[in-house]
Amino acid sequence: MTFAIQAHGLVKHFGEVKALNGVDLEVEQGTVVGLLGPNGSGKTTTVRILSTLLNADSGTASVGGFDVSSASDQVREVIGLTGQYSAVDQYLTGRENLELFGRLFHLSKADAVSRADELLARFELTDAADRGIKGYSGGMRRRLDLAASLIGRPSVLFLDEPTTGLDPRSRQGMWEVIQGLVAEGTTVLLTTQYLEEADKLASRIVVLDHGSVIAQGTSNELKSQVGGDRVELVVNASADVQRAVSALTPLASGTVTTSDVERRIVVPVSTGSAALLQAVRVMDENGIGIEDIALRRPTLDDVFLSLTGHAAEDETPTPTKARRSRRGRN
Amino acid sequence: MTSEHAPRPTIGWLLTDTFAVARRHLLKITRVPESLFFALIQPVMFVLLFAFVFGGAINVGEGGAKAYREFLIPGIFAQTVMFAVAGITVGITEDASRGIMDRFRSLPMKPGAVLGGHTLASLLQNTLVLVMLSITGLAVGWRAHGSIGETLLAYVLLATFAYAITWVGAWIGLHMPNPEVAGTAGLAWIFPLTFASSVFTPIGTMPGWLQPIAQWNPVSCLALASRTLFHNPLPLKGNSFPENHAVALSFGWAFLLLAIFAPAAVRYFKTHSTGGAA
Repeated sequence: MTFAIQAHGLVKHFGEVKALNGVDLEVEQGTVVGLLGPNGSGKTTTVRILSTLLNADSGTASVGGFDVSSASDQVREVIGLTGQYSAVDQYLTGRENLELFGRLFHLSKADAVSRADELLARFELTDAADRGIKGYSGGMRRRLDLAASLIGRPSVLFLDEPTTGLDPRSRQGMWEVIQGLVAEGTTVLLTTQYLEEADKLASRIVVLDHGSVIAQGTSNELKSQVGGDRVELVVNASADVQRAVSALTPLASGTVTTSDVERRIVVPVSTGSAALLQAVRVMDENGIGIEDIALRRPTLDDVFLSLTGHAAEDETPTPTKARRSRRGRN
Repeated sequence: MTSEHAPRPTIGWLLTDTFAVARRHLLKITRVPESLFFALIQPVMFVLLFAFVFGGAINVGEGGAKAYREFLIPGIFAQTVMFAVAGITVGITEDASRGIMDRFRSLPMKPGAVLGGHTLASLLQNTLVLVMLSITGLAVGWRAHGSIGETLLAYVLLATFAYAITWVGAWIGLHMPNPEVAGTAGLAWIFPLTFASSVFTPIGTMPGWLQPIAQWNPVSCLALASRTLFHNPLPLKGNSFPENHAVALSFGWAFLLLAIFAPAAVRYFKTHSTGGAA
């Protein structure tokens, strides 16, 4: 097993604040690892250290086999980085931006031109290629930004919240592009606050909170930590709730919970959709009318909530925010 | 696996990268011609204001208002060179806040080229501004009376000084948290430096305690050096060391600033990521 990214015991302080508290991370070549956590959990700091932008206070890390601090030049040859902002020059056209970054990647002039053409076509920006970035939509800017990070055909790509602030359609588009890159063999480390995104793109998920890894595994492994599927149903009349519970209890793999007011019953089950069918049948046999019934799988939101005690999108009021002010960015 | 380029000596890449970055900034000037327009118009306005509004009130001895204009123009040259610094301070902070600095830093390019290219583009813009200023000066009656060699040396000095000052501006820009603060900070130190100098008024008219400060002030040195090389009036010129060695001292200031701030700025750029963290 070859690891494209390996990090051990990364610690980083910003003044008094400990941003990373001994992070270990391994990303197998050709896979996508999602770094999941709320704002201030250390996701971006981790990416910045791995992409040679920051030095860790202690710990070691290598990317593509090169040490990030002693061989940072070699690391920069094999990585691409897309940050939370479209880091492109807004006064230049899309083509000029890509050619500039191509030249700075030390491609020959001809190569920079053809690489720019190729990437513009791939990201459906050919029509807008000779327009200034100022007139681009948010989604187009992000695509151009991603294109810029691919100039050097990186084998390891860092995507720091690549879809933050995009509308659902543009987000979908970005996902397809990222999936395409992975299919070609690119290793991706993706940070996100969107559980859906990690679920969709990442083969492994590492959950960070307050600068420490608090859980990792596949999406399914993490979900099984908070329990399996459950059938949720809403009966027509509150009077039926108790009767429904007795009828459903034999199907349950755990304790059935109810809410009389909402006429809602939650049945933990272990047989997935078969359990759903059984539940429908049992309700029908007992003549209990139901308003709604569904099989609900735990989402990563549930995982996050159970791991950290707060939801993923919460702005955790940690002192980590304070150090942010340097560049007034978040 | 991505090394599509042939190995090349460091200095070669440094130049290639510097030119690529400079090209970016020059393209930007053509996209936002307003910025060049205002960079050009501001010194012209200063010439006209000081020549015709204050010209009558500031007495530089014989020759009246015309003599003042001859005295003034080299001062405005020096002042313009100083004010040119604000643009790069803001530009660098903008790049930092947009994540462009971090993108550069994540590329296998030479780190010195990011600032080197920016300062080079500024130098070209400032040269254009000096040309414009010279034309305005000629229009209001200023002349370079020295030899061609002296005149050329004056322009070389102004350009060298401008280049050195943009590195100071770059260094300041790297330390500023955002473009708004950079806009103010970039100018804050320029005003006292420019006005407590011989740019607009002869040093001899200032209070005694201020005179040594004004004499050693690099802006005074530059103004005095230009006046000396252009053979423009030097009213109330004292006999202090800086006034007697203005040309050498101006070059000295320029090289000193360059020697301090260029390496400092590049080192800061290399070691300080400008982005936020999460």
